[in-house]
This record gives sequence, C-alpha cells and structure tokens, in this order.
Amino acid sequence: MRTLLRRSAVPAVQIAILVALLGAWQVAVDTKSISVFFFGSPSGTFRELYEWIRRGTVQGPLWQQAWVTMQETLAGFGIGVVLGVLLGTVLGRIPVLARIFTVYIGTLNSVPRIVLGSVFIIWFGLGMGSKIALAVVLVFFSVFFNAFQGARDVDPGLIANAKVLGAGRGAVLGHVVLPATFSWIIASLRVAFGLAVTGAVVGEILGATQGLGLLIEQAQGNFDPDGVYAGLVVTTALAAVAEGLITLLERRLLRWKPRRRTAPAPTT
Amino acid sequence: MLELRSLTKRFSDPAAGARTVVEDFDLEVKPGEFCALIGPTGCGKSTVLSMVAGLERPSAGTILADGAELAGTDPRTGLVFQQDNVFPWKTVLGNVAAGPRFRGASRAEANARAMDWIRRVGLAGFEQHYPHQLSGGMRKRVALAQTFVNDPRILLMDEPFSGLDAQTRQIMAGELLELWEALGASVLFVTHDLEEAIALADRVVVLTARPATVKREFTVDLPRPRSPREIRFHPRFVELHEEIWSSLGDEVRTAYTRATTAS
Repeated sequence: MRTLLRRSAVPAVQIAILVALLGAWQVAVDTKSISVFFFGSPSGTFRELYEWIRRGTVQGPLWQQAWVTMQETLAGFGIGVVLGVLLGTVLGRIPVLARIFTVYIGTLNSVPRIVLGSVFIIWFGLGMGSKIALAVVLVFFSVFFNAFQGARDVDPGLIANAKVLGAGRGAVLGHVVLPATFSWIIASLRVAFGLAVTGAVVGEILGATQGLGLLIEQAQGNFDPDGVYAGLVVTTALAAVAEGLITLLERRLLRWKPRRRTAPAPTT
Repeated sequence: MLELRSLTKRFSDPAAGARTVVEDFDLEVKPGEFCALIGPTGCGKSTVLSMVAGLERPSAGTILADGAELAGTDPRTGLVFQQDNVFPWKTVLGNVAAGPRFRGASRAEANARAMDWIRRVGLAGFEQHYPHQLSGGMRKRVALAQTFVNDPRILLMDEPFSGLDAQTRQIMAGELLELWEALGASVLFVTHDLEEAIALADRVVVLTARPATVKREFTVDLPRPRSPREIRFHPRFVELHEEIWSSLGDEVRTAYTRATTAS
C-alpha cells in the first residue's frame, strides 16, 4: 500500500507542477500582469487547438498538415538512419576508408547544418523534398558517429570465436558486428528522431506550402502567440508518440542486455 | 595426429624491430592425447594456440593435422578462450547452435545438436537465458558446449579456467575430463598452473621464457579415469610436481628477472 502511494505520488506531483505553472500563467494574463498580446495564454492556446481540430486550419484540416510533417519526418529519419548505419559500419570496419573519410565527415559535421535548409529550399523547392533533405542531414550525423564507434569497438575476442566456430565473412558481419553495433545505433535513434522532427519543422518554417512548421510560421507572421504554441503542442505530441514507439522497439531488440536504469535521452 | 614443425612467430615492433615470440617450436600430439603446455606468463603459449586455430599465421614452419597442412580456421579444430567469448546477444541455445549454423546445418538440426550438448554440460533448463543472466562458471559451460558441439578432433584450450574461482575451477576441470573422455579429441591445453596441468594431462610440455620453444616433456603416468581433485593426493602426483617444477622454475625466474629489470 505504501509503495503504491509512493508510486502514484510522483506523477501526482508532476501533474500538480504543470497545473500550477499553467495556472500562474493564466492568472498573470487575466490580471493583466503580462500582456496577452505578446505572451498569449493557455486558454487561448487550447481554443486555437480546438478550432484547428474542429474547423481545420487556414491551410486545410489539421490531420493533413500533421501528416505532411510526419511524412517528411519519417522519410528523413528512414533515409538518414540507413545512410548513417551503412556508412558508419563500413568505415568502422575498414580502417583505410576511415582514415581517408573522417576528415571530410568531421568538417561537414562542424557546418551549422540548420543553415543547409536554405540551400535545400533553393535546390529542391518548397515541396517535401527540401524538408526531407534537411531531416536526413541532421539524422545522418547523429546515427553515423554511433554506428562508426560501435562497429570499430566490436570485441575482437567475439570475432575470433565466431571465426573458429566456422563463421565466414558474412556470418561474422551478421552474427557479431551488426548485433554489437546495434546497441549503439538504437541508443542514437531517439535523439535522431527528435532531430528529424526539427529538420522537417524548421524546413517548413523556412519555406513551405503545407505542414505544421508553416502553421507556426504563419502564426508568427500574424503576431499570434497562441497559434505558435498550438503548433508546438501538436508537434511535441507527434514526437512523443514516435519516441514511445522507438522505446518499445529498443526493449524488444535489446532484450539480451542487462536491465539498467537509464536517464531519458535529451532531444534537441 | 597434430604436428607442429619448427613453428616460428615474429611480430614487427616499431620500437625494437622484429620481436620473436615463438621460435622453432616442435611438438606432436597423438590422436586422443591430452597435452598441456606450461610456461611462464607471457612466454608465447597463447600465440602457439592462435596459430594452430588459424587466427594467426606462422612466420615460418608448418602445422600438420593427419599429415595435411592446416592453414586458417578448420572444421577439425575448436578453441576455448581464456575469456568466455560467448555472444551476449544470443541465448544459451543460440550460442551453442552457432557453430553448426555457421557450418551450414539447418536450424532444426543445429538446435537438436545444441540441446544435446546443453544437457551434457548441465545447463538443461537454461536454453533461453542470455549470458548476462548466468554465473561465470555457467558461461564457461556455454563456451565448452559451443566448442564441443562442432565435434573438434583437435581441441585447443587457452587457460580456459583462469578467470574462475578455485572451487569452480576444480569442478570444471573434472567435467572437462569426463566430456573429453567421451569426445576422444586430441587436446592442447595451455596453462600456467602446474597442478592443473598434471591433474588433467597425459603429457606436460614445459616451455622456455620468450621466445617460446619446447624445453622438456614429462609423461604423466597417473591412472585414468581421474578426478582432478583427488589425484592431487596421489604420491606420483607429488613426485611429478617436484620434477616438473625444477625445470619450470628456472624459466619462471628468467621471465620474472626480465620483467623486473626491463621496467
């Protein structure tokens, strides 16, 4: 009974803090302590969200906008992960290639990649292509470095054992190198998904015809803080659902690992 | 029959030029014979095993199995490592079935053979456990089953029990003898523990301090089947221990002096 109380106490306090913060904000706006014109209000944000859900946005139904952003995110995430894993594993296992290419990848990694969004809009236009490209670039580096590290640090003893047991090159890759690299890659996926969302939304803010980023950008243009918050809420909800799915996948794929308490990975 | 002829291994060392680890190493192991290699720490015993297992190429010399040259890894050889190099992402069953799978057996056949060996090393009921859920001794049993399931004719063991506590070590040594007597493979067992070497082997080969080469061979004329725990109290065991130690002791002292004066 006591443990049950203690277990439910934490979420109760968490909810109480959220309600207190939103309430204080609402009160501050209602008593005109802060300007609703600049800072918006929780009630205004809920009203805006309700309108979007019931009547749709200026651009069309909300689900349609969310779906556009989601497609860009998923495509960017998928392509970025595949490229990052492939290149990371190959460079991690072939030291000569690693020596040749790390200087390029290191340099590209230092470029402030969000700025590439502008370049991609010129190259690929206002459609989905430019957003996917930006998401790919953001996702790629985060996955690449993890895959590279993982593939390079495979325990040589395990590879030797597999060889003596009769494994050829392919079996060593499939039964030892990839599973060993996997735990590194999966650790990077949650962060990478956050980056994919960032890429898609920032791409839309920079210039788009549809999507949640466009909604945020238009609200900003109309000086409508509630609209910006509403866009943020929808984006965050989508990202949270997707991260939950990735956590489930992680549990399933890393069953062989000893359970450890892990802090939630930071997303950008 | 396993024959090592003038086996030599040199490593190029940027600081000191070439470093010879194994030099002119000659050894014959008869079919079904249990041969222990003993020498001071760091003398190059493990390098001999790595070459026989096909993980490292000899700089000179040849390794023959039944008269034909052994080059690279071979289905006839199996190696049990010092660390249990079991695959952490595979269950006990997956680990033991890995060898037959790598060698082209169907999943059903590989699993059936694996189940048999899991039972023989006393791990029945743990098939679906992952290595991190097992104790050190149990992981070692997985490693033994993993090697034995391939039915090696030449069994190489590189200080396989050195990571275990004293009690587990004795138990594992006893189990190893039982399994080996059923398997009938030739064994090359590397150790730096003289008691373990005498308790297990038919022949103890004393190696010199680096570069490793054969110094002297001793036939262990103790009765079989043996219990490694009880055989230690046999009067002949004590004699052999004295005899071999007088030969091994010089090499250990040489290695020790070298290690302390070099640093």
